[in-house]
Amino acid sequence: MAISLTILMDGLIYAAWLFVVALGMTLIFGVMRILNVAHGSFYAFGAYTMATLLNLITGAGLPFAYGFLAIPLAALAVGGGLGTMMETGVLRWLHGRDEVAAALATFALFLILEDMVPLIWGLDAIPTYQIYGVLGTTDIGGMIFNNYELSFILLAIVVGAITWWGLRHTRQGKIVLAVIHDPEAAQAFGINVRRVFPTVFAIGGVLGALAGAYSAPMITVYPGIGVEAVILAFAVVVIGGLGSVPGAMIGALAVGLARAVAVHLLPQVELFVIYSVMTLVLLFRPSGLFAKPVARRI
Amino acid sequence: MAEPVAAPILAVEGLQKRFGGLTALGGIDLAVGKGEVIGIIGANGAGKTTFVNIVTGYLKPSDGRITVNGIDVTGLPPRVMTRRGICRSFQMSQLFASLTCLENLVLAHAAAENGGWKLLADPWTADRLARAEEGLARFGIADYRDARTATLPQGVRKLLDVVLAVAARPHLLLLDEPTSGIASDQRFQIMDVIMGQMAECGVTVLFVEHDMDLVERYARRVLAFLDGRIAADGSVAEVFGHDEVRRAIVGDHRATRRPMGPGQ
Amino acid sequence: MPMPRSTGWLIVIVFGGVALGGLGLPAWMISVGLSAMSQGIVVLGLVVLMRAGLISFGQGLYFGLGGYAVGVLSLEFGITDAFLRVIAAALAAAAVGLLLGCLLRRYRGIFFAMLSLAFSMIFYGLLVKNQNLGSTDGFRVLASTFAGRPPTGGANQLWLFLFACLLSAVCALAVHRYFRSTLGWLATAIRDNETRVEYLGCSVNAAVHLKLVLCSALAGIGGALSAMTVGHIDPAITYWTTSGELVFVAILGGAGSVFAPFLGALVFQVVHTLALAMLPHAWHVILGGVLLASILFMPDGLWSAIARRRERSHG
Repeated sequence: MAISLTILMDGLIYAAWLFVVALGMTLIFGVMRILNVAHGSFYAFGAYTMATLLNLITGAGLPFAYGFLAIPLAALAVGGGLGTMMETGVLRWLHGRDEVAAALATFALFLILEDMVPLIWGLDAIPTYQIYGVLGTTDIGGMIFNNYELSFILLAIVVGAITWWGLRHTRQGKIVLAVIHDPEAAQAFGINVRRVFPTVFAIGGVLGALAGAYSAPMITVYPGIGVEAVILAFAVVVIGGLGSVPGAMIGALAVGLARAVAVHLLPQVELFVIYSVMTLVLLFRPSGLFAKPVARRI
Repeated sequence: MAEPVAAPILAVEGLQKRFGGLTALGGIDLAVGKGEVIGIIGANGAGKTTFVNIVTGYLKPSDGRITVNGIDVTGLPPRVMTRRGICRSFQMSQLFASLTCLENLVLAHAAAENGGWKLLADPWTADRLARAEEGLARFGIADYRDARTATLPQGVRKLLDVVLAVAARPHLLLLDEPTSGIASDQRFQIMDVIMGQMAECGVTVLFVEHDMDLVERYARRVLAFLDGRIAADGSVAEVFGHDEVRRAIVGDHRATRRPMGPGQ
Repeated sequence: MPMPRSTGWLIVIVFGGVALGGLGLPAWMISVGLSAMSQGIVVLGLVVLMRAGLISFGQGLYFGLGGYAVGVLSLEFGITDAFLRVIAAALAAAAVGLLLGCLLRRYRGIFFAMLSLAFSMIFYGLLVKNQNLGSTDGFRVLASTFAGRPPTGGANQLWLFLFACLLSAVCALAVHRYFRSTLGWLATAIRDNETRVEYLGCSVNAAVHLKLVLCSALAGIGGALSAMTVGHIDPAITYWTTSGELVFVAILGGAGSVFAPFLGALVFQVVHTLALAMLPHAWHVILGGVLLASILFMPDGLWSAIARRRERSHG
């Protein structure tokens, strides 16, 4: 009983983490048709910026609570700054090239940014534990859970709800949905598809950086965290269907729970399980759970 | 109505296609005899292209049976249908954009003849080159031999699309709007070339066409599609005179005119 | 139009020349040449896919399989013969390619690329967890013997170099032959228009599957050569960064000729050496920069940019 509760809670926390990381990636793909491998860099830069801010705050003797302010600050700065730079500097020039060329370009950006991390922050891990314990713990069915980790589930719900609301109820959101659904039709209705690209890319970047910044106190911030994030986010996005927001949620839950089961019962197959889930889904739904297969008109 | 066909090259029974809740084809029965030239008419969305897509294996039917020379081929993919002699052209020409016309055709010949280890042989045999040159010449597009297909005028694209289909040696050829996108004064010219060649090779032809003048001129038999079923099947005069067809597809002015055959 | 037949002779002359030159080259150049050739052979396989419009982000899987096949062969059976090693590596990689191809052949574009990556990451995960194969440390690979000749210390690297030249020439000839076959031409056809290929009576998926097997076998051969050169294998050779470097070399060289992968690999090795000297901990910054520049400014690759001629031009 205790083990299944642990698995469930761990799975939910992990799914929440995956959802926030994958959401930005799927949004960018849905609108821009770019599989952004550099999404891992948003995550890594978000975590590192958060770590730096946190150490500045605690170093200045301010109360730990200010540390929470660092999270949105880091997310906005990294997502907005880095996202805008990448979009205007590189991706803008690749319109009209195929999806693979665009993915390769983001892969090149990822290579550059991944090695910028040790150039900027050095090779050693940065301590970020300061605010991990300040929220206390909760006793669920006799098991003790850290509240900061539990709050990640809340974050995922809030981020998901805001995204859902933003897409359905704002003018910009409706445009984005129309573009995801059918870019050609959207263009035919007079929507300038390319005008939404920089905004969407920046929002995707903010989401990726937010995931990194919020995770920072829970993980060890060291070079290489971006790779892990992007590889897992990719599995989530593919399971749900590239470009589908509800798909990202279901994919995150599937991967999160499958991994939690593996970690607790058969730790040596952790990575294997995640990709097996992905392979299984693709066997039966070649475009993922929520994406419609595109039939060519002939 | 059409007379019963003795030994049909293509027979379709109770063919249905549904896309989710939408019924694109609601029960098609048809027998095509060897050597027939059949025109298919109907408004947009009547199910003409869906019918062609299903008969050539691009889509699977929801229900019904397709036989070719008496053999059941229901649900088989395009490559198998092609090997059984059912070929097609496309509303939007399907060419190899980065190759020249000649390369398109040589490759088409090589691909259509392939079998196992022959795939490892050089496709550029003297025989295939000669046949490709001849194919281009017979359809009157030899001048475009070395032009990349991405740069071709629309009429040449449509013709090359048919030439590629013919490279697979069809017994039955389905043409999906062979003159769409062509200026009206050139349509007869293009259809003359295609139909002349098909008659010479003894290929059975079904063609989907919106231009009623072309249907009158070339079809021996006409199928009128209306909302996913065949509303009328018979000679040009019979079908064009059919009440429902006149109202929905052909228009009143034409039924009062005498059908114009090639001999008149 | 058909490609010139003379290319076959050119392959023999070029690699024969490189082999002869090897006799007078300093040791460090021999070693750069060996790395470039083992990488070039793998990229030759990627070019086979690229011509059909497919890019694999997971070639490290087959590259690693080749390396581990060599290692296991000497670890378990004491076999160190270079020819047997390469054949075993090619077979092992081709067999896995055949198996995974059953799933991969249905995918195109970004799905194909990332699904390949997923498979290579599964393999990496399995290797890291496997204590018998040395986990993350890997294990040492015994020096190669050539047709019964025992290894002779310093001269062994030269023997290996000559062997690599022979292997590269054989692979280049085989791929050149393949490019000129109907199957090779079908790659362009598939990239341009799959629907038409199906309507000519050919199975696109079967053709893609065959290409996958060919490309995995080549990656296995390259991996074997690399393991024999380095004398050590560990899971890092199957990691996504290895796959990324291979795609990088493929893009850099382009798909214009069988020489392009080798040219790309040579340039890569030079950039690698220089970048490593300039930024020891961050040389991917330079690598990524070069990759970005070649995607933006040389979409057809180095070979096409230099040769300025298309292999399909009429003459």
